[in-house]
Amino acid sequence: MSENARRVISVIVVNEASVLSRVTDLFSGRGYNITSLTVAPIPDSKYSRLTIVTSGSVRVMEQITKQLHKLIPVLRVYEHEDMVEKEMAMVKFPITENLSDINAISEAYNGKIVNVGDNIVIAMVADEPKRVDNYLNAIKRYNPKEIVRSGAVALER
Amino acid sequence: MQISGAQMVIEALIAEGVDTVFGYPGGAIMNVYDEIYKQDKFQHILNRHEQAAVHAAEGYAKASGKVGVAMITSGPGFTNAVTGLADAYMDSIPLVVISGQVPMSLIGTDAFQEIDAVGISRSCTKHNYLVTDAADLPRILKEAFYIASSGRPGPVHVDIPKDVTAQIAEFNYDIDLNLETYKPHVKGNPRQIKKAMEAIAKAKRPLFYLGGGIINANAAYDVRDFVHKTGIPAVETFMARGTLAHDDDLLIGMLGMHGSYAANMAMSETDLIIALGARFDDRVTGKLSEFAKNAEVIHVDIDPASISKLVNADFPIVGDVKNVVLEMLEQVDKIDAERYESWRETINNFDELHPLTYHEDSERLKPQWVIERVGELLGDDANISTDVGQHQMWTAQFYPFSRPRQFISSGGLGTMGFGFPAALGVRAASPDKISINFTGDGSILMNCQELMTAVEKKLPVINIILNNNFLGMVRQWQTLFYDKRHSETDLSVQPDFVKLSEAFGGIGYRVRTKEEFDAALKDAVEKGVVAFIEVLVERFENVMPMVPAGGSLFNMMLLEKKESK
Repeated sequence: MSENARRVISVIVVNEASVLSRVTDLFSGRGYNITSLTVAPIPDSKYSRLTIVTSGSVRVMEQITKQLHKLIPVLRVYEHEDMVEKEMAMVKFPITENLSDINAISEAYNGKIVNVGDNIVIAMVADEPKRVDNYLNAIKRYNPKEIVRSGAVALER
Repeated sequence: MQISGAQMVIEALIAEGVDTVFGYPGGAIMNVYDEIYKQDKFQHILNRHEQAAVHAAEGYAKASGKVGVAMITSGPGFTNAVTGLADAYMDSIPLVVISGQVPMSLIGTDAFQEIDAVGISRSCTKHNYLVTDAADLPRILKEAFYIASSGRPGPVHVDIPKDVTAQIAEFNYDIDLNLETYKPHVKGNPRQIKKAMEAIAKAKRPLFYLGGGIINANAAYDVRDFVHKTGIPAVETFMARGTLAHDDDLLIGMLGMHGSYAANMAMSETDLIIALGARFDDRVTGKLSEFAKNAEVIHVDIDPASISKLVNADFPIVGDVKNVVLEMLEQVDKIDAERYESWRETINNFDELHPLTYHEDSERLKPQWVIERVGELLGDDANISTDVGQHQMWTAQFYPFSRPRQFISSGGLGTMGFGFPAALGVRAASPDKISINFTGDGSILMNCQELMTAVEKKLPVINIILNNNFLGMVRQWQTLFYDKRHSETDLSVQPDFVKLSEAFGGIGYRVRTKEEFDAALKDAVEKGVVAFIEVLVERFENVMPMVPAGGSLFNMMLLEKKESK
């Protein structure tokens, strides 16, 4: 892997107060930025799963992975290489835009219009982060008012 | 039984076999101090500053091998203790530090003496807890002691809000700790160990690189056995001093920035580094790209994050160094000690070329002489602490250490003010030994209030102040690398150290000659009272040899050759 390549790390942690800061401190203390981070409890367990997207050199990432392992509430760390990765995005459009176009494009990215209000509609898509980038490019012409991305989640194949 | 959170703290400390607690009371921790007042199972030593309390607990832990305990209040009490936590974290010292916190209902309101203590201690402790329910206290305290002392040891901080110390809940300390997420790897991989032993047998110029982890793991005597049976020469890190006795033929000396020429040359020439509980610190390796260029590396460490962190390990072995060395000893017949005869000779030649020494060429006493002299007079009878600076390096270079846990110093963090309170802890842990603290005129002022603790608790630490009227180590760098611009390092304006000690009820000596020094040391040992022995030493003495920061180990600045010693 090249220097400062994009990396996806999953961390299984005990679901307790302060565990998130313990994890993120390891990045901030080295001056590393986290591109995205998702956390949610793992069903029927006392654990949560964090998915962290970041970038950095091989050596520093290896150090961070080892230091993550050392944190007391961390059960497991995966530095993903072969994974399925998905991210969700929601976009708000004026209702005056071409809704059938928006719906059709969204469908191409595993999504659709999910909410219609008086003045706006909301579309959602769920796809690989790179493809979400493409989607957000494609819908630019429909005057998106607000965009939210969920951050990536990943599972090793 | 149903008891208060404060009582739980006491019960847990007793159950853990704690006999000494260092600390300083204050508002948020008062309920716990009230229970300390009522009990007689352990002694409390009242330091005169929270930083000193934690350093004293560190000294106690390092000398005894047990977990050190310190207790402090919220806010400034806690922030004062942070330096101690960071120091213990860097040097892997097992501590449990208990702090009071404002009541739960006030947390986050900028209450009086409130600070986010766990937020601050997160990055300088092995683990920390904010206790939100007294029912959790027994488990948390038990985990704290277990985590502090197992694996790679370190400080654990437990922050307890005042209302939690008053809360009544069920106390049962007979808990089966089941930490699914924390299982230190203590047994080395047998296949890796076998491969490492084969590599040692094949090497022509192998070298033991002994680190402080050996002392933490109580493995020094097994390592001595291993070194002697293999006939392989050894270098020690600063933190490992005392692993091999000073007069061991196979001990080359300390390596690193102020290591001996022979030790650093051996490291540069070796073809196989056998690293035991050492972490390739920048003060040890010098310029990494030039470090031990032709060597393969066996790296034994309990902490997987230390392995291949800076220097790639060809034979990584994660495990407790004692377990691993014992396993290696079982296969030691693979190794022929004769094989390394010419290698040992090469190293001896290095040592003869540039031995570790100094010149007695000034009117004033040489600091190195003072340290050697204490070694001659007290030797094994003393435990040696130091502060940080030139005196610290001279102590590591010239004191004849003969056993593990004899030398207690702040290695990783380099905390000025560490030595005196640490020596109090050392003395509390081993009252049968004389407790010496080598210090400087800069460092001693950073925790000199501990004279009061020493007098009150009758802890007769002898502080030997090597006074050169300089912040010596910084002055040395200014002389060498900043064209002699001695910015803010001239400490000519000083207190009267003799009177200072006497003002607290200690004794003081000002010494200019060898005779005066011998007499002062003898008197201080006999009187058994805390003492300052101020020795007026040569002002411009430098610590030599020296690897300039970022330089290569084999490229040392050396002591000028002269006839006299």
